[in-house]
Amino acid sequence: MISLPFPIDLNAATSGFPVAAMSPKTLYDKLWDEHLISRAADGSCLLYIDRHLLHEVTSPQAFEGLRLAGRKPWRVAANLAVADHNVPTTERFRGIDDPVSRLQVETLDRNCAEFGIKEFAMSDPQQGIVHVIGPEQGATLPGMTVVCGDSHTSTHGAFGALAFGIGTSEVEHVLATQCLVQRKAGNMLIKVEGDVGRGVTAKDIVLAIIGRIGTAGGTGHTIEFAGSAIRALSMEGRMTVCNMAIEAGARAGLIAVDETTLAYVKGRPFAPQGEQLWEQAVAAWKQLVSDEDAVFDKVVAIDASSIKPQVTWGTSPEMVVAVDAVVPDPADEADVVKREGAKRALQYMDVHPGTPITRIYLDKIFIGSCTNSRIEDLRDAAAIVRGKTLAKNIKQALVVPGSGPVKRQAEQEGLDQVFIEAGFEWREPGCSMCLAMNADRLEAGERCASTSNRNFEGRQGYGGRTHLVSPAMAAAAAIHGHFVDVRSI
Amino acid sequence: MKPFRRITARVAPLRRANVDTDAIIPKQFLKSIRRTGFGPYLFDEWRYLNRGEPDMDCASRPLNRDFVLNQPCYHGAQILLAGENFGCGSSREHAPWALSDYGFRVIIAPSFADIFYANCLKNGLLPIALDNAQVSALFNQVGPGYRLEVDLETQTITTPYGEKIPFALDASRKFRLLNGLDDIDLTLRQADAISAYERRRAQDAPWLFQHELSDFPR
Repeated sequence: MISLPFPIDLNAATSGFPVAAMSPKTLYDKLWDEHLISRAADGSCLLYIDRHLLHEVTSPQAFEGLRLAGRKPWRVAANLAVADHNVPTTERFRGIDDPVSRLQVETLDRNCAEFGIKEFAMSDPQQGIVHVIGPEQGATLPGMTVVCGDSHTSTHGAFGALAFGIGTSEVEHVLATQCLVQRKAGNMLIKVEGDVGRGVTAKDIVLAIIGRIGTAGGTGHTIEFAGSAIRALSMEGRMTVCNMAIEAGARAGLIAVDETTLAYVKGRPFAPQGEQLWEQAVAAWKQLVSDEDAVFDKVVAIDASSIKPQVTWGTSPEMVVAVDAVVPDPADEADVVKREGAKRALQYMDVHPGTPITRIYLDKIFIGSCTNSRIEDLRDAAAIVRGKTLAKNIKQALVVPGSGPVKRQAEQEGLDQVFIEAGFEWREPGCSMCLAMNADRLEAGERCASTSNRNFEGRQGYGGRTHLVSPAMAAAAAIHGHFVDVRSI
Repeated sequence: MKPFRRITARVAPLRRANVDTDAIIPKQFLKSIRRTGFGPYLFDEWRYLNRGEPDMDCASRPLNRDFVLNQPCYHGAQILLAGENFGCGSSREHAPWALSDYGFRVIIAPSFADIFYANCLKNGLLPIALDNAQVSALFNQVGPGYRLEVDLETQTITTPYGEKIPFALDASRKFRLLNGLDDIDLTLRQADAISAYERRRAQDAPWLFQHELSDFPR
């Protein structure tokens, strides 16, 4: 056995640092300390993982690794799997046409059966996007560490859980050890104070944040979102904000626990059952806030009243402006690499400096993804669509609910009919056109108003052009054929 | 994991900021259930002029001659010189798998996205973050025939002009990479500590152990 050149302190969690223990802590500090098993002299730590979510794309090689090494999952019960990326959103009874996609989904089914892992298979009524079903089922709880082989795991931070995306080697590591080797990130606080105006949603808040700090603004940090505008958000809105923490460069986003959190969690299938256990959990969860005088490494303050509905114009989420603005001119960018990036983005997107955002015409509309596919998102969009029809230039408009329960809830409220009557297609739950791993995609040159999270080149289909917006903005664009300011509707 | 000690190799420059993992390996290739075979599709949408599909024979595809990796002087490059926030976006480990499968062993950039950085180190791929000025200087030097020496043991890059540039890396990550060690084996040396933690946690937070998900009917 090779001996380690760096000492590991196995008592880091319990004996630890008495001075630090007494000093005020951020929410991130608390979650970190609570899950710390040991700390090596160079700062790398062994962190316990409470919940591991899996999907079909990033897990097959991890299971294969377990098999090759003759290992078993450390704690089977901590894992929950679902097929979401590759699943078709139409005629699901027919199965998956693409043999490569089908093999990947079947591989997840087989791996879960072999290792005894709870799975919502494609045909399960609870199936949905992994970041929608975790919270929906109560499998995501405050105070947990939650990981998944998917960068948008940051979503679950809305519950005051430390949640972040991992690679496939780490998926295998969590399966085998229920732990991860991690270094602690820095503490970053983004405070959004004040009231947002009518028509401004959680999506606009987070896009405005990314526009302000950039896609690397949170790199190396865990972002805590705070302030009255964040506290005023529903859990679904908070999930939208934390979902895109990764687009600001932060692996994890966090929002402190409050009554909104507790009300959402109570009664969900995997939430604590029984009055006594619930009260015990609530008492612990109420501690999941940053101490008043906790110190952050970086602080950004944003005035909520200044945020307008946002639209991305380029190929990075930081390339974003308000709906009443124009496409910016790269010549105004001082940094040479950024300037070239902006030029390339304009060329790829086929938009021109000075063009008003409201004069950008769309071909397709996508309402869905782990960012914006929950019931409130669908209600927002339906409220705009009700009684209207798609503009003539819109070739296709998809509504893809985030999960089976979201879909059924929307149908109970008649939202499906609102969309269908307007000319939208009402689909089965999955990741769908957010990343176009299934059959839902843009064709080369097509332009889409999308409620998803990434406008990268080719993200929604080879040569496709993506503008990220809120569900209400996407719905309004569907009706008018071009972007419109939802505040004027 | 392939150990990394020292290489002297050709350098390919890719001067773009925010290169995302969708660009490094597009989604259609993520359907594979293997870890290998991604190299031919690395930077697929930039490298070829047609749309790539899994299992396509890339030898007959039209090349984008302007793309750096298609320029003969950069063939065989094992070091990628890149812009800031390299590897942002999706957590797909297919990105380092593709880079590594193509032949890259080192990526030098002003900064990396966190998940990508961690993924590289688990695959024998060394990400080196230098400051902006140093990376700019390397971009100014690089060209046909330009090679750098990267020595992990001493944590130095040596330019053809003999200039030595030190770089940082955690001791534990360096140790794992130098020895090509499996993280899981190292962690399992702490199995007793993990079990002890779990027992304590089951006492302090019993609600986390109330639902044994695997007991639910499949």
